[in-house]
Order: sequence, then structure tokens, then C-alpha cells
Amino acid sequence: MTNSNDFVLNMTGISKTFPGVIALENVDFSLKRGEIHALIGENGAGKSTLIKILTGVEHPDSGTIELDGKLVQVRSPQYSQEIGISTVYQEVNLCTNISVAENIMLGYEPHRFGSIDWKKLNAFARQALRKLDVEIDVTQPLGSYSVAIQQMVAIARSLEVAFVKILILDEPTSSLDVKESNKLFDVMQKLKDVGIGIIFITHFLDQVYRVSDRITVLRNGKLVGTYSTASLGRPELISKMLGRTTTDLDAVSKAKFTRDLKVGENPVLVAKGMGRAGSLEPIDMELFANEVVGIAGLLGSGRTELANLAFGIDTPDTGTLMLNDSKVNHFSPLESLRIGVALCPEDRKDEGIVGDLTIRENIILALQARFGWFKFLSTQKQYEIAEKYIQLLGITTPSPDQLVKNLSGGNQQKVILARWLATDPQVLILDEPTRGIDVGAKAEIQKLVLDLAEEGKSCVFISSELEEVLRTSHRIIVLRDHRKVAEYPGDVSDQTIIQTMAGNL
Amino acid sequence: MNKNLPILKRIRENRLFWPLVALALILITDAIFAPGFFKIGILDGHLYGNLIDVFNNSAPLMLVAIGMTLVIATGGIDLSVGAVIAISAAMGAVLINPALGNKLISNEILTKDATNTPLWLIVLATLAAGTLCGVWNGMLVSRAKIQPMVATLILMVAGRGIAQLITNGQIMTIYYSPYFYFGNGFILGIPVAVYIVAVIFIFAWFLVRKTPIGLFIESVGVNAKATYYSGISEKNIKLFVYIFSGFCAAIAGLILSSYVHSADGNNNGLNYELDAILAVVIGGTLMKGGRFSLFASILGALIIWTFTITMYTFGVPANALLAGRAVLVLLVILLYSDYSRRLMNRIFSLRGS
Repeated sequence: MTNSNDFVLNMTGISKTFPGVIALENVDFSLKRGEIHALIGENGAGKSTLIKILTGVEHPDSGTIELDGKLVQVRSPQYSQEIGISTVYQEVNLCTNISVAENIMLGYEPHRFGSIDWKKLNAFARQALRKLDVEIDVTQPLGSYSVAIQQMVAIARSLEVAFVKILILDEPTSSLDVKESNKLFDVMQKLKDVGIGIIFITHFLDQVYRVSDRITVLRNGKLVGTYSTASLGRPELISKMLGRTTTDLDAVSKAKFTRDLKVGENPVLVAKGMGRAGSLEPIDMELFANEVVGIAGLLGSGRTELANLAFGIDTPDTGTLMLNDSKVNHFSPLESLRIGVALCPEDRKDEGIVGDLTIRENIILALQARFGWFKFLSTQKQYEIAEKYIQLLGITTPSPDQLVKNLSGGNQQKVILARWLATDPQVLILDEPTRGIDVGAKAEIQKLVLDLAEEGKSCVFISSELEEVLRTSHRIIVLRDHRKVAEYPGDVSDQTIIQTMAGNL
Repeated sequence: MNKNLPILKRIRENRLFWPLVALALILITDAIFAPGFFKIGILDGHLYGNLIDVFNNSAPLMLVAIGMTLVIATGGIDLSVGAVIAISAAMGAVLINPALGNKLISNEILTKDATNTPLWLIVLATLAAGTLCGVWNGMLVSRAKIQPMVATLILMVAGRGIAQLITNGQIMTIYYSPYFYFGNGFILGIPVAVYIVAVIFIFAWFLVRKTPIGLFIESVGVNAKATYYSGISEKNIKLFVYIFSGFCAAIAGLILSSYVHSADGNNNGLNYELDAILAVVIGGTLMKGGRFSLFASILGALIIWTFTITMYTFGVPANALLAGRAVLVLLVILLYSDYSRRLMNRIFSLRGS
């Protein structure tokens, strides 16, 4: 038996029901001092609910929470901070318009003669960040720094002013590049060494194996189990998450058909020297029917910029874009819609879904936009289209009248895909279509893209997960520092691409 | 998706439920304390009575509320409608005036229905003036990307000045009996204004429910960026709702100036922007945009005026009226709050079990 003093947190028998949904059922979770504990599960598995209960946002229907061996009622988010539970979210929830130092010290400013002692405040803040090996000008507004730095600031704040015992990192690396992630892992290691318990939520299994000591897997609101990371192999982990084996991912690899370009074949989309100052260096690119072209590159390499240019969100200031041998003169989403270019944007929540509208309305939106203001799809027709794509893409929902915001990430992504498929585009650009969605849905979407290409569409697949790009693409374009640096056939090794992305090739 | 819910719950979750409850409560109060409220008589061949007054008085507000509903559904707000009413009214008055407001003319000519402008031109110019104001607001919001509250504030402040410029700074009395028809006329015993509202309501309803424009408006209100990414010109949708709001305010200006036989830059349509917003909110359309109901906003306008006329019937002095309205607003908004909704659900579920 482990000494109970080792545990900083013990959650026992936690249950929570929302109207119509059992979010958590009798879940146990424990956290040791100085441990990095990965919390894993598909979307809708109950991770967020568990965290919300721990941080006082939601209250459990039953179950107990012990902190340092003492029973606590986490009444409110504020109270959870007071007792030493701190959370750093994917989207940093600090004030971006005030300085880094103020953010760190907010509410705990040192005073001198009744007014804030700025010198001291800035010095404190600098020192706090130095502990995390971050050296920046703390008097600059937080918003002028990258998300990675903002996260460090959030961590610094929780260490400095909250005397944190438990640090929750909720998808902290999803908008960081490799270097930034590594830096974060170093910091996590440091915090672990001083005895802080860290709950690490992520979709990246690599990272789970890299940093975590134990893994707790949730599935459909139930506890699957808690394992020591060393003893749980990756395929086992995935099958525990999914409740099925990894054959889904194998199916994707099988679905990837071979595609050889014939001599003299006409490309669908051709970019010649297309570029935009400050966003993308002039790029040459050809897209053929029946193929998936992968775009690989680190964060900030110009992936999204390329997508935005091709879809007409931005207008290129050099070069040309040709579709079926006719030049695109007018750049706007509406024009792209008309000529048959579609984009599933990177930021699903902000640029993709219209959350308070129903699945049906979301699906017909682009098609209706192409018909214009006065040609109306009858409600019956709308239902037909919605039902068709719900079936075709396997969107899990009781009805097409469900609000899209109530769907899981994977299903939301399918709705956006359906919105564009309904317009029958020739070119489909997918910018991070699998970001933040679970393994099962990921495999489904990858397979879907391959199916679409097989039916004759040309797809552009942008992803920060190299493995995924390799699995789906027939050709791969590598971007670095806002320019195209190489183009490889789809069977290239991942090492070659990594070396190219890093600038060694 | 609501088909499985018990019928009582479905009724309670209908968006028209609370506005109807509020209206019913006021009418029940009237029935108990002022039974005369419901008396409708016939005078000079047309209906009269408190209820007719309610409809006649609330007609301009209903019009403005229809326009405001669409603006609010896109996540915007139009503070200028009161001033637009004044501008339109001034436009009508100045065209009716035989000297176009330039110099004083003898009362003898003025009182003889003398005007040099044909009625159709007067109406057209009045509507055009308001619509133009809408174009201005729409351009500021959709093209110059100014926040709606600030953008429409400009015309709210400047509009009354413009109205006074049009009328040369005077309160212009209107002497032209065909024009009075809009605010005082009756067809089959029912006020003309009510017919105008009905026409505009049906037109607007058709526009938003039988064309995709309603979907686009809601989509812009929920997530303008995603709407743009879907190939919808979010700018033009915004431009459209402000133009439509200006158009509705112009018709309201026509009716109001016709009703009071004058155009007064300072007082025509005073506080109408606030009443219209109130009507929309009472109707249950959220200020943050998205889902809207035109009919609910019409109910909202009716509630405001039923309440006002009720207060008059009870002999509440005009200067206490605003305080009374404040109480009404407070009650209605409390009814809508999550807290009261949960309370209701609990009460109903207790009874159910």
C-alpha cells in the first residue's frame, strides 16, 4: 500500500449528470505529489467535466474530493485557486492588453506609500519568469507575446501568487510548435521536482509517453483505469481509449490508394509565384484531380497563410492562381465557393461552426450562399441534404435540429466538411481538420478525405501531425519560414520530412 | 428534437410563451380593476376604445421594432431610429408646405390643403430620407467597421439637428388632409396604421422566413467570421438590416407626423430607439444576436403600449408613467432570467411527480 501522504489529491466516486447525459459515473482519480499524471480520453469521455468539478466550475452529484487528506468542497473557481488548484488552459485566460508583470502580480501588487511599487512589481515578475527560464521584457503587454510565452506567464502567475499544489494543464501544447513544447516540458519537469502535482490533458500521445508518470483513461464518462506509463504500451492505450483496437488507423492506410500522375495530365489548380508580402513567399503549386496533397511545416511556416490565399480570405499581391485554366481574378470566399474551392478552416470554433444554429442550417449554409439571397432551399430540401450528409459522414446526433455547439469536436468538423461537400467543390482545402478531436474520429476524417480524392476531388491536407500527413497524402509539400522548400512523393520517410522542416536538407 | 418533451414543457420553452404571459397578466389586471378597458364602441363609423388605442398607438413602435429585431439579430443595435423618425417627418412636412418651409405664408393659404407636391412624392421622399439614413448607418457598420452602438450614435445625435435644418428650425404644422390618413384614417373601422404594420410585418416575415436572408442574419449574429468563411457576404447582410431599419423608422415617421399633424425635430419619435430595443428584448430576442422572432417583438411593442394605456386608465399621472414602465421592464426581465426559468421548471416538475 502506498502511504496516503504521497497523494495530494483523491477524488472518489465522482458522478455528474447533465440533462440527458451522464457525464461522469463513479470516477476515481488520484494525484501524487511531484507527479505528472496524464488524463486521457476521447472527446466526450468526461475529462473536461472532471476538471470542471475539480476547479469548482461544476458541482458533483455525488463523490468526495480530498486535498492533502482533508475533505474539501470546491465551491467555486475562486475557492479552488485559494486552496492551491491552478489551471492553465489552451486559450490563455489572462488580460492580453496589460503588461506581463501586471498579469503575474494582478491582485497581489506590492505597494509603496499607498500606490503600486512598479519597480518592485516588475522585479518580482522578472524573477518569477526567470525561474521558468523565460527572459522577456515584463513591461510589454502580454498580447505582444506568443501563446507559448503567455502560457509561461500563466504558469508563473499560478506559482508566484497562488502557492499552487495542483497544476492542471489543459491541452497546453495544441498551439505550440516543437521547440515551445519542449520548453514547456522542461518547466513541467522542474515543477514536478519541487513536489507539485500536474494533471496533463492532451491529445498528443507522444507527449504523454514523453513526460507523464501515470495515465488515467476515461471513456464515456467511466473510469477505464489508471496505469503507470511505463507499463502501458501505446496500442494498448489507444484500444483502452477507444474500447476497440487500432484497426481503424490501419484502415486509413489501406484506404490510401496509389496515385500516379500521368504525363500530360492537366492540373485542376495551379499557383504560379503566388504570394503575399508578410504572409507567404511566392509559391508554385499544382493540384490534380484524384489526389491528396499534404502540407507539412511547423507552426508559423505559412501553412494557414497558403490555405487563406488559395481560398481567397487574403488576396495575393504577386503571382497568379488558375483554376481549370482560367485565372482567378477576384479573391473572396464567395468567389471561391462559386468556382469550386472549399476551405475547412483551422480555427473550427471561430471560423468554422455557427454554434447556435442547427446542424441542418450549418450544413446548407454554403450551398445557400451560392444560391444567393433569393433562391431559397425549401425546408424539406434542407432536411434531405442534412440527412444525406449526416448518414454519409457518420455524424452522431439524434436529429438534424441539434445545435452544432452541442456536438463533439469531431462531429463539428464533419458538419463543416458536409457544408462544403454539399456545394460539390473541385478543390477541398483542409486546414488542421483533426485538431483537438479524438483518435477514432481522426481516423474517420482521414479516411473520408481519401474517399473524396478517390471520387475525383483534389484535396489539400494541412496538419501539424506529420504522421497524419504521411498517412493520407500522395504528394507532400514542405513549408519553412513562409516558403515552399521541397516537394516529396507520398511514400517519403518521416525522417526526410523532419530534416527538411528543420532546414537540414 | 422537442417532440419527446411533455407538452407543458414544450409550451413553456416556446419563445412566445413569456411575452404572451406578460400580456395576459396585464390584460387580467385590466379585467379585474378596470373592466371598461375592453369596451369597444363605434363612433363615426369606426371602432374606438382602449384596445383600439393600444393598436393605433403602438403601430409606429411595432414598425421600428421590426427593423430593430433584424439589426439586433445580427449582433448590432440601431440607436438612431428616433432621430430617423424626426428626419422623415421633417421631410414630409417640408414638402407639404406650399413654400417648402422657406418663408412664412398666411394661415389662410396654409389651412386650405394647399400643397404643391403630389402625395406620392411626399411619401416617397419621406421613405427615401429614412432609407438613406439606414444606408449611412449600414455603411459605417459594415464598411467602416465602426461598432454599431457608436456608429448609430452619430446619427442619433446629429439626426435631430438635421431634422431641424430641413424644417428651418421651426416646428412645422402640417395642413394637408390626405396626409392625415396614415395616422388617423380608418378602413373598415380599423386604423390605417394597423394595416400598414400588417403589410410591413408580412413583407418582413416573408423576407426572413421565405428567403435565406433570415438564416444569413442569424448566422451573422451567431458567428460573423464563420459566416464570411462560408461564402456569405456578411457585410451586405449588415448593410441590409440597417437599411431596412431606416426604412421602417421612416414609415413610423410618416405615421407619427400624420398623427400629430406636425413635424418637430426635437420631439418626433423621442426615445423610440429605447422603446424599440425594449420591445425586442421583451420579445425574448437576445441582444448578443442570433435567433430572433419578429412576432415576439410585435408582442413586445403591444405589451409596452397595453401597459401604458392601462396606466392612463388607472389615472396614473404622466410623470409617474416612466417609473411604472421601469417596474414592468424589471418584472419581464426577471421572468426571463435563468433563475426564474429554473424555479419554474422546479415548480412544474414537483407538480408532475
